[in-house]
Amino acid sequence: MIEEGLKNELAKQGVVLTTLQELYNWGRGNSVWPLSFGLACCAIEMMAASMAKWDIARFGSEVFRPSPRQADLMIVAGTVTKKMAPQVVRLYNQMPEPKYVIAMGACAISGGPFKQGYNVLKGIDRLLPVDIHIPGCPPRPEALLHALITLQKKIEIEALTGPNRPRHLDADAPSEFPVPQFGEHDIVPAMNPLLWKPTQVVR
Amino acid sequence: MESLEQIKIRLEAAVPGAKLEILPNESPSGQHSLLLDNAHAVALARFLRDDAQLRFDYCSNMTGVDWPDTEITSKVKVKKVIDGVEKEVDEVTKTARPGFLEGVYHLYSMAMKHGPLILRLRTGNRKDQVQLPSFTPVWRSCEFQEREVYDLFGVVFDGHPDLRRILMWDEFRDHPMRKDYSEPDDYEYEPTPHDDVLEKSKRHQAAKGTL
Repeated sequence: MIEEGLKNELAKQGVVLTTLQELYNWGRGNSVWPLSFGLACCAIEMMAASMAKWDIARFGSEVFRPSPRQADLMIVAGTVTKKMAPQVVRLYNQMPEPKYVIAMGACAISGGPFKQGYNVLKGIDRLLPVDIHIPGCPPRPEALLHALITLQKKIEIEALTGPNRPRHLDADAPSEFPVPQFGEHDIVPAMNPLLWKPTQVVR
Repeated sequence: MESLEQIKIRLEAAVPGAKLEILPNESPSGQHSLLLDNAHAVALARFLRDDAQLRFDYCSNMTGVDWPDTEITSKVKVKKVIDGVEKEVDEVTKTARPGFLEGVYHLYSMAMKHGPLILRLRTGNRKDQVQLPSFTPVWRSCEFQEREVYDLFGVVFDGHPDLRRILMWDEFRDHPMRKDYSEPDDYEYEPTPHDDVLEKSKRHQAAKGTL
């Protein structure tokens, strides 16, 4: 590994040094293609973020893919009802690795105003591994851009080898998660215990 | 638009044997409604749609109401002689009313520009006699809303062309808008629960022993 100071000195002389890991992460961090799907009003803000005023293309994510097979990022934009949850997980399972999830808005991160209801999932992190949570109802397009930049930073520092390597380079790590089934009173299972555990309150 | 009493008289004349009742609404809106008997309801609805003066061609809203078993208390002031002095005393009578499910229809006339006319239909009870006649053959706009009432209240509409659940999944067994619906115990920790949520947290604590 080259020292940061020496690298800067060499850069001043016109010699650019990099590592394969940096180049690889720089490339994929700046071309995160989201899956084109929305669930509720947050999707309107997501669309606004892709339009001229906010222009998500500045960060390389303007290519909203209509097929999960071509997408890198799932933006869960809106309320995930229990009836829709299996389809959302199935779409995630159909995306190729490496893949990331942004939970956008109060409903996607926690159920939001519908948390005490009977038909809304209390957060998509019960079924999918969420990388970035954005609060807000709905979050402004700036918040989505901030989430995207945060995700890019996360991708940039991913080590490609070693025990903390990302999931797509670890053959044992799961890339698909179980799709819940429709039960008689609730979806079964209502959450994935590998991803999420109920809060334990210590008094 | 004709008054509700006039409409009732004309309906009774048009459909022999039909039993109608005007249900008063005591609130400031004063929107009284017409209770139809289930056997003649479709014929009455067709008359309301096709009559030249009424022409209710648009059913804007169809919804359900759940009325659980309840006790109705009514107070009547009675004069009684107590200790030689005549006094006015409230006499309270309690009558048990078995529960039922209700379908409520709001009708308007686009052609005559009047409305709304509010119709009600009542089921026999909340358990096994939950059938109501469907108005979908009369007003097409009832189709999805009757499906919704079937889904959330469990009212079975006879004559509906496609009676399936619309919001919940097909495998779902409950009717969430009924007063006695109990949702799955999936309470999650809330820092400051209050009102209904506090009740929910207590129930959850009692069942699971944790918060």
